[in-house]
Amino acid sequence: MRSATLDNGLKVLVREEHTAPLASVWCWYKVGSKDERPGQTGVSHWVEHMNFKGTTNIPRDQVKGIIERFGGSWNGYTWIDQTTYLETATKDALDRMLFIEAERMANGLYHPDDCESERTVIIAELEGGENDPDQLLDQELTATAFKAHPYRHPTIGWVSDLRSMTRDDLYGYYRRYYVPNNATLVIVGDVNTDEALRNAERRFGAIPAGTAVERIRTEEPEQTGERRLTIRKPGTAAYLKLGYHAPSIAGEHFFPLLILDAVLTGAKGLNLWSSFRSAPPQRSTRLYRALVEKRLASWVGGALLPTEDPFLYTISATALEGTPLATVEAVMLEELDRLVRDGVTDAELTKAKAQLRARLVFDNDSVTNIAHQLGYFETIGGVELFTSVPERIAGVTVEQVAAAARATLAESNRTIGWFDPLPVA
Amino acid sequence: MPLSPIRTTLGNGLVVLAKPTAMTPSVAIHLSTRAGSAADPAGLAGATWLLSRVIDRGTVTRSAMDIAEELDSRGITLTIAVTRHLFSLVCTCLADDFEPVLGLLGDVLMAPSIPDAELATRQKQVVTSIRQDEDNPGVRSTEALMALLYPDGHPYGRRTKGTIETVESLTRDRLLALHAERFAPSTTTAVVVGDVEPARAHDVAARVFGAWSRPSPPPIVPPPAVRPAARRRLVVPMMNKAQADIAYGFTTIRRRDPRYYAFWLMNNVFGQYSLGGRLGDSIRERQGMAYYVSSSLDANVVEGPLVVRAGVSPANVDRAVASIDEEIVKLVTDGVTQQEVDDSRQFLIGSIPRALETNAAIANFLQTEEFFGLGLDYDARLPDLLRAVTLDDVNAAARDAVAVDRATVVIAGPYAG
Repeated sequence: MRSATLDNGLKVLVREEHTAPLASVWCWYKVGSKDERPGQTGVSHWVEHMNFKGTTNIPRDQVKGIIERFGGSWNGYTWIDQTTYLETATKDALDRMLFIEAERMANGLYHPDDCESERTVIIAELEGGENDPDQLLDQELTATAFKAHPYRHPTIGWVSDLRSMTRDDLYGYYRRYYVPNNATLVIVGDVNTDEALRNAERRFGAIPAGTAVERIRTEEPEQTGERRLTIRKPGTAAYLKLGYHAPSIAGEHFFPLLILDAVLTGAKGLNLWSSFRSAPPQRSTRLYRALVEKRLASWVGGALLPTEDPFLYTISATALEGTPLATVEAVMLEELDRLVRDGVTDAELTKAKAQLRARLVFDNDSVTNIAHQLGYFETIGGVELFTSVPERIAGVTVEQVAAAARATLAESNRTIGWFDPLPVA
Repeated sequence: MPLSPIRTTLGNGLVVLAKPTAMTPSVAIHLSTRAGSAADPAGLAGATWLLSRVIDRGTVTRSAMDIAEELDSRGITLTIAVTRHLFSLVCTCLADDFEPVLGLLGDVLMAPSIPDAELATRQKQVVTSIRQDEDNPGVRSTEALMALLYPDGHPYGRRTKGTIETVESLTRDRLLALHAERFAPSTTTAVVVGDVEPARAHDVAARVFGAWSRPSPPPIVPPPAVRPAARRRLVVPMMNKAQADIAYGFTTIRRRDPRYYAFWLMNNVFGQYSLGGRLGDSIRERQGMAYYVSSSLDANVVEGPLVVRAGVSPANVDRAVASIDEEIVKLVTDGVTQQEVDDSRQFLIGSIPRALETNAAIANFLQTEEFFGLGLDYDARLPDLLRAVTLDDVNAAARDAVAVDRATVVIAGPYAG
């Protein structure tokens, strides 16, 4: 992989992969929902939507088909630390993809009519999420676990902010954050590195650098006691979720905690784009055995995601029909206490490492997935973090896992959420 | 580069399809038997689904925990999928693990023991899952639509998971009998894609499956779908929800119908291209009514469905249904343009390399190719099959497939109708 930085501050990462005649281009911005201020929650995500609605040189009616005619797919997402856009298409579309991303960075239109029609699309997206009790619980749990850090509000935003934000709010935010010195361009595929860098310079080189982005500096104060919430809404199943404040990707306990999660609920890998689309290998894990095999829960899962600031380690379960949430919670907490008390065994550590090694291979099975990983890690601390992942996993010891368990799985560090359903009328 | 998979047949009739690739040191394994939910015994909808939940929880020689350890220690997630016609075991493993993993999957497929305790656990899980589906407007609208399009116990109209009553009534003996009736080498295909040579894939498959002997089960051919004569509308009130799901559909054609490629292009223009085709342009982009709207075509052994799905605020349900109607009238009356057909065709042809990039995607493609008898050179022929479709073919497909006066419309969500 080659890394270069243009004069305007745009970082460009290129990696050649010649296994298929494809190229994947991702343009990453270090802006996510943690950069949003009260009254503007959801603006990062809404801006992402607006950035598919035409530019000075790609008029609104020419957006459709611009990459499809190369057989390509496109997409984008916004999360707490980053916003990203991608195209994957046949390699002859590389320059077209770079043109699209350069246009997106510099020349978005933000037509007032488009801002209005997208407002209702996003509110529909929010309502669709509220249809899912587990997603609703996740949102409420995060908002309860954080009282100061902006990770507390959902990426999609609070609905009152979505109703009140204006076109100027969106455009101002776009201009502030969509500057080359706040972006990373990733190119992976059947390309020539020198040529790709030259094309990137040609397409992006003239875009002026912006003012350095000012970051919100709030840190979450240490949690001093267990927090609880219960959602009581009509539903047909009961859900439990535990959230523990967890280290950022740079924290010393992150990789030991990743091992700990593999022991508890199965290894997932670290690719937000692909790892979570299939269930982890988990049938021999501690919580699966204690909850699913004991007929208390129909499902259990854990999530530790690499983030720039300390976020949450969550463990979730769906209660089996007829099982009280209190029972599921008691057994889950007992298992966690046992782990804090006794740590993990050498055999568990070995198995977790083998699982993670395999998952990292599976995470890199396409040019799209490889490009995602390079860019994602760049937005949370640096691409070199990504290349060091296998080594950091391999170096974890049982003592480190025990220390991570003690530091993270404390009662005072947790928030417990229930979705306790009322009968459906 | 064409895929050119190597196809061999074992003495017992089991087909092995192998395709070597070198992207990662991994192998995708995709085993399918022609024993999907259409094989559910009469009155026992959900039997195949329940079998899929328990088939990997013990074999004649391995306990559930043995299987769990063998999979987990290699970082493998075994996915067991049930479609209308296929029962599939799917996973990706490291290339070094290929031989023992295929051995394990073969054991699971051929010799499940279905311990009573495991069955009881999985029954409870499926019941909980059915209860969750009951609270999901997307699932409720789609299942109700399929039941209306395929009535009278037609296999395409039944709920794959069955009902709580059928699931609770199923016994170990009944599931073992279902397995004995429907699982046989002559109806099984093993697809192996990845960092393994075809000759080795064949040899390992021969060692795993060569001694398996079972008589061929009769093929399952559901009755033809009967086209609705009139428009129907059903509301499933779910007043505890924030958003309504619309499922709007028709029965169309068989996968082997020569008009399939015209239907495919028609559906791409109508509800797929870019962000939901014409439907997306109208309902999402111009009117801002939905986060998602699209149509899907699922031509199958018999006439499969074309389904439009949209998630909208309850206040917009009537306007969204009217907009779908309007797009259908335009599609049927005015037809599509040559430019639209060319754009969709170029996209579908151009997307083939991307669609066949990963081992898992190639394996899935080859399994479909084998099931429908499309030929080993299907990926190479596909561009010409799409190029041969004319504008008239696409417009004829539109007139045949959709009409507002015979649409079946289901709305599930906070909407009283």
